[in-house]
Amino acid sequence: MKVLVPVKRVMDYNVKARVKSDGTGVDLANVKMSMNPFDEIAVEEAVRLKEAGTATEVVAVSCGVAACQETLRTAMAIGADRAVLVESDAELQPLAVAKLLKAVADKESPQLVILGKQAIDDDSNQVGQMLAALLGWPQATFASKVVIADGKATVTREVDGGLETVALTLPAVVTTDLRLNEPRYATLPNIMKAKKKTLDTLKPDALGVDVSPRLTTVRVSEPPKRSAGIKVADVAQLVDKLKNEAKVF
Amino acid sequence: MAILVIAEHDNASLKAATLNTVTAAAKIGGEVHVLVAGSDCRAVADAAARVQGVAKVRLADAAHYGDFTAENHAALIVAQVANAASGYTHVLAPSTSHGKNTLPRVAALLDVAQISDIIAVEDADTFVRPIYAGNALATVKSSDATKVITVRTTGFDAAAAEGGSAAVEAIGAAADTGQCTLVGRDIAKSARPELTAAKIIVSGGRGMGSGENYHKVLEPLADKLGAAMGATRAAVDAGFVPNDYQVGQTGKIVAPQLYIAIGISGAIQHLAGMKDSKVIVAINKDPDAPIFQVADYGLVADLFAAVPELVAAI
Ligand SMILES: Cc1cc2nc3c(=O)[nH]c(=O)nc-3n(C[C@H](O)[C@H](O)[C@H](O)COP(=O)(O)OP(=O)(O)OC[C@H]3O[C@@H](n4cnc5c(N)ncnc54)[C@H](O)[C@@H]3O)c2cc1C
Ligand SMILES: Nc1ncnc2c1ncn2[C@@H]1O[C@H](COP(=O)(O)O)[C@@H](O)[C@H]1O
Repeated sequence: MKVLVPVKRVMDYNVKARVKSDGTGVDLANVKMSMNPFDEIAVEEAVRLKEAGTATEVVAVSCGVAACQETLRTAMAIGADRAVLVESDAELQPLAVAKLLKAVADKESPQLVILGKQAIDDDSNQVGQMLAALLGWPQATFASKVVIADGKATVTREVDGGLETVALTLPAVVTTDLRLNEPRYATLPNIMKAKKKTLDTLKPDALGVDVSPRLTTVRVSEPPKRSAGIKVADVAQLVDKLKNEAKVF
Repeated sequence: MAILVIAEHDNASLKAATLNTVTAAAKIGGEVHVLVAGSDCRAVADAAARVQGVAKVRLADAAHYGDFTAENHAALIVAQVANAASGYTHVLAPSTSHGKNTLPRVAALLDVAQISDIIAVEDADTFVRPIYAGNALATVKSSDATKVITVRTTGFDAAAAEGGSAAVEAIGAAADTGQCTLVGRDIAKSARPELTAAKIIVSGGRGMGSGENYHKVLEPLADKLGAAMGATRAAVDAGFVPNDYQVGQTGKIVAPQLYIAIGISGAIQHLAGMKDSKVIVAINKDPDAPIFQVADYGLVADLFAAVPELVAAI
């Protein structure tokens, strides 16, 4: 079974985003970029499926600028066998990414695609579900456990109120939640090995995909600032403030 | 022009998130219809018909809608929108796990973008949504014929649950795709208010030390205040509490009247889920914890002493 893992290059989760003063977007100049954390979990899960003998090959794919090669090398250092970059300097919105991934899936014929549930930059939470729709495959989003057996994926999902387990026919799309696994650190030998693994580059045109954006960003602004309040001396003062100033009790 | 709102429910009762979504729909303008898809869910449709501002309720009652699989629900919604006579220009669902699971599938099948998690409506094509864990707000304009939108419920007031008298119209079910079947559900039953609808939330982080402490220390406070209980990712990952307690960028977004953060440092990802609360209280023993930068009232103290004292004082 082949597993495809889409990975996105995003601003590192430790960096606080700053809005550009001209209101056109978030400042990405000289900012640390990393693999989207949910995608690390996706790569880890795919690699574990391979280690367990369930998967035969793990292919990482990223859509975006040439620098996404770094993200793909990271995926291969965690254990992906090879990688595909769909290179484009254009802004790629979730629907466009889903169409590109569908084109890659059509070429690669994986039995399973594991994505992150959400990219922590655009916070869209869309691509996995869109890809499943375009492929006509079932989906299990927000996974905290994945079991592949008897031609089925049995997936436990984190939903409002608790957990839900669903069984999907394969091929299928799964998106990861935080509790699925704890991704390993890439070791130096594995980082070295990853440099020798195959990384193919494709262009959206060659895949026949129109990536034109459907949404235009009118402006990006700072959210209203919340100013720090006061420090209270003790519990008695806190209760007094909550009763008489904030009037919440 | 008509707007289709996807009802959030559990086959028995209509969930509050639907009411906020109806308000968002009303801001766009046009007739608001509510789709209730489920199994044995007539009572839900009747409740939706009483919501102020709803012009029509469409009820799709079939066994294969009862488990809320995205495959079946998306197919049904797409059929409704594709029917030109319906005139639907917008499809809205609350950003619940069902809405987030289903709507992108609808959007892709319609070949349109989805606009996730809107917090404001500027006009029928233009919406505001948080990005980067709420550290930026993007105003986006859609050029698609149909707008598929999920709604952050904290961004909109709830429509009145009573006062409307919409007609309920039964619609035919689409075929069961059979691609996804429910194996089981483990949903916690709690007497406490739902996190996303609560007026007061008591939330604990890694500072609680253990699940036992979390319950022993925080429950008396929550009981006294009639509060819902929340947590950080760190507390969930450590197994103190189940996953659905998680507040934050990638958990639940809340905006209660009062949020009490206890033993929580205030990471960006946590703040993203609670910084729109009306009043924030933080109890933390570290005076430099970032949570104090957003707290209206900060108490630097050991929580194991301060919380029981607080319980005794209110
Ligand atoms: C992709 C991604 C998504 C994430 N999504 C979320 C999310 O949705 N929600 C979320 O919450 N986090 C999320 N996180 C995690 C986030 O970055 C932080 O790690 C997390 O919020 C920290 O939780 P905490 O405040 O409980 O723990 P810590 O940061 O460890 O803070 C514990 C605090 O408790 C205090 N403390 C300890 N003992 C006591 C005591 N006895 N009395 C008083 N105070 C005490 C300490 O001073 C400290 O400030 C995400 C991270 C990533 C990478
Ligand atoms: N440009 C991209 N290249 C590869 N994968 C992506 C890209 N954008 C999003 N994804 C995948 O889709 C998931 C959800 O992203 P989103 O819908 O944008 O929140 C991510 O976690 C990735 O797995």
